[in-house]
Amino acid sequence: MAIRTEPFILNMGPQHPSTHGVFRMRVTLDGEVVVDLEPVIGYLHRGIEKLGETRTYTQIIPLTDRLDYVASMTNNFAYVLAVEKLAGIEIPERAEYLRIIMAETMRISSHLMAVGFFLNDLGAMMTPVLYMWREREKLLDLYEMVCGQRLTYNYMRIGGVSQDVPEEFMPAMKKWVAEMPRFIDEYDQLLAQNEILLARTKGVCILPRDTAINIAASGPVLRASGVKWDLRKADPYSIYARFDFEVPVGTVGDNYDRYWVRMQEARQSIRILEQAIAQLPEGEVCAKVPHLLRPPVGEVYGHIEAPKGELGFYLVSDNSIAPYRFHIRPPTLINLTALKDMVIGWKVADLIITFGSIDVCLGEIDR
Amino acid sequence: MTLLEQFQLWLGGIWPGWAAYIVPGIVGIVIVLAFVVVTVIVFIWYERRLLGRFQIRLGPNRLGPEGIFQPIATALKILLKEDIVPAKGDKVIHWLAPVIVFVPVLMVFAVVPFGEGAILTDLNVGIVYVVAISSVSTVGIYMAGWASNNKYALIAALRTVAQMVSYELPVVLAILGVVLMAGSMSMTQIVASQNLPFILLQPLGFVIFFLGTVAEMNRSPFDLLEADSEIVAGYHIEYSGMKFAMFYLGEYGHALAYACIISTLFLGGWQGPLLPPVIWFLIKVVAVFSVIVWMRATLPRLRVDQLMAFAWKGLLPMAIINLFIIAAEVLWLPEIMPWIIVAMNFIFAGALIVLWSKLFTLGGGRVEV
Repeated sequence: MAIRTEPFILNMGPQHPSTHGVFRMRVTLDGEVVVDLEPVIGYLHRGIEKLGETRTYTQIIPLTDRLDYVASMTNNFAYVLAVEKLAGIEIPERAEYLRIIMAETMRISSHLMAVGFFLNDLGAMMTPVLYMWREREKLLDLYEMVCGQRLTYNYMRIGGVSQDVPEEFMPAMKKWVAEMPRFIDEYDQLLAQNEILLARTKGVCILPRDTAINIAASGPVLRASGVKWDLRKADPYSIYARFDFEVPVGTVGDNYDRYWVRMQEARQSIRILEQAIAQLPEGEVCAKVPHLLRPPVGEVYGHIEAPKGELGFYLVSDNSIAPYRFHIRPPTLINLTALKDMVIGWKVADLIITFGSIDVCLGEIDR
Repeated sequence: MTLLEQFQLWLGGIWPGWAAYIVPGIVGIVIVLAFVVVTVIVFIWYERRLLGRFQIRLGPNRLGPEGIFQPIATALKILLKEDIVPAKGDKVIHWLAPVIVFVPVLMVFAVVPFGEGAILTDLNVGIVYVVAISSVSTVGIYMAGWASNNKYALIAALRTVAQMVSYELPVVLAILGVVLMAGSMSMTQIVASQNLPFILLQPLGFVIFFLGTVAEMNRSPFDLLEADSEIVAGYHIEYSGMKFAMFYLGEYGHALAYACIISTLFLGGWQGPLLPPVIWFLIKVVAVFSVIVWMRATLPRLRVDQLMAFAWKGLLPMAIINLFIIAAEVLWLPEIMPWIIVAMNFIFAGALIVLWSKLFTLGGGRVEV
């Protein structure tokens, strides 16, 4: 005789240690198995898009810092690129290189945190996170040198960057770049051979290639599913065409691939950094841009490959000092739509690590 | 004759019989209780400091030398917290559960030999008593999960029962190997028979017993009951104040108890050269506990189905094979040089572990819904 059972609904979040912020999942469980999942977002909504419409183009930059606060300089980068595209501003060479250096270090820092917290979700009690933070901490010191901030940098400006880097920055950065591959090797040794990690992640919660494309996933989540799509190669913005680097691609699209792709991307970012530091020219760091910028009437969509995926800014100008419409395409919100497809039929524990492997940042999901 | 019995005899010469019988018992109980509570507090500090070292940070280092008073501050903080009972919870069971978790842990220490004769009561079925009494905690955890009227706690409670029942079997089978070789179930006898520690004579048994007990005391990588990244805190999610402190003490007391049992069964108990027996025993207990902390700092958690598979497909068959090997050795080769048995068993253990790692893989686990 079969025992009659019925599924029950579990509210995970918004207060939950593994929701990476204030995300809420209404999970229908059959014992431990996930039967249905409904994401509930909006707990961190600050109305950034609406706020942007009442601010000048320069004043919006600090708002973008509050999107993906783990990698806030890439948000600055995407936004200023969009405005420059709208207003047709040329920026100095040195500024381009500084932006690339910042964006790639941000990518490494974001991936380190993603992998660290992914392992924390796996149950490895803070140790991987703190090892990842060891390196990120050094990066934060570097950023502090550059712009005096450790979390919300507000470093990039329309037409360049706010100020040149101090003298002691480049030697410190070179030292960091020289040390970093050793640490990534160390992490690989510690993690990639771990039997429990492999058992928990290999073949678990697969995102098939077709589904990944259909939901418009981007970033490491898409590339782990075997799609070679990286905006730095597919639509080279800024000066990425000058650098030589690979786009690591996963094979299956399971949790292990998403972890692996991030580690490989960190290595590639170091390659870009080495080239950028070697080629860094002298000169101005900001073009002459009027304080109250009035771009011509029109609309623009500027996008970059942020650490978490395609980050896009859509701006409509009516030739006033503030954008008429300011819209953000946050990568993790769109990647998050894959969550339900991935976790149905897996256990609660898999749900948690899959959510971690998407590497969401609630700051940009709820904006 | 244990120290306590000698004390009883001596007191019997001065005091009336009933007092001579009761007073030494109470004295012994108080000594053991004090030992457990003090050691648990030291262990909490030690784990936090050690974990800090593993995680490239310092750990608590402000209160007192090296932060040794931090657990006391933590205990005071916990005592001052409001005691909350869930409105729709089962109040009696919610109150009873921490007691049922904590008391069996204390009772285990009745048969732990701290030195030659330094044992509260030398039961002739000591190890069976340990196995029996430590299983009672499972009921307490299940009660806590059920009475909290919380879904996380309920998941944890159901995980507990599955996990405890599964890991009891390999643990008991590994203990049987020890009992066969020692020829007795009394803890004192088991220690006395270890001229060579059983970790050398039964390496496979030690591995099985160690992993099984780590699972029984809910330590990483088997800490599914309180998996804070999944079910937040598991069964004690709805507990606060003193009741939470009971769970906390119970958990560390469990770790201490099993560290004691492992030292007794496999590491030669109090035996050792030069130093006094009690010091040797404590060194071994701390060493075992350090390994447990090391595992906690290093390993990710298993998933619930992998946990069960590891017990039933991994440990249990190996434990049965181990038991047969030990039985055969005890039966047919009783007079052989112990070092030859050591060599043989290490080869067996290595071969079996390699074989199992090839045959048996964790993974998969999707259910069609």
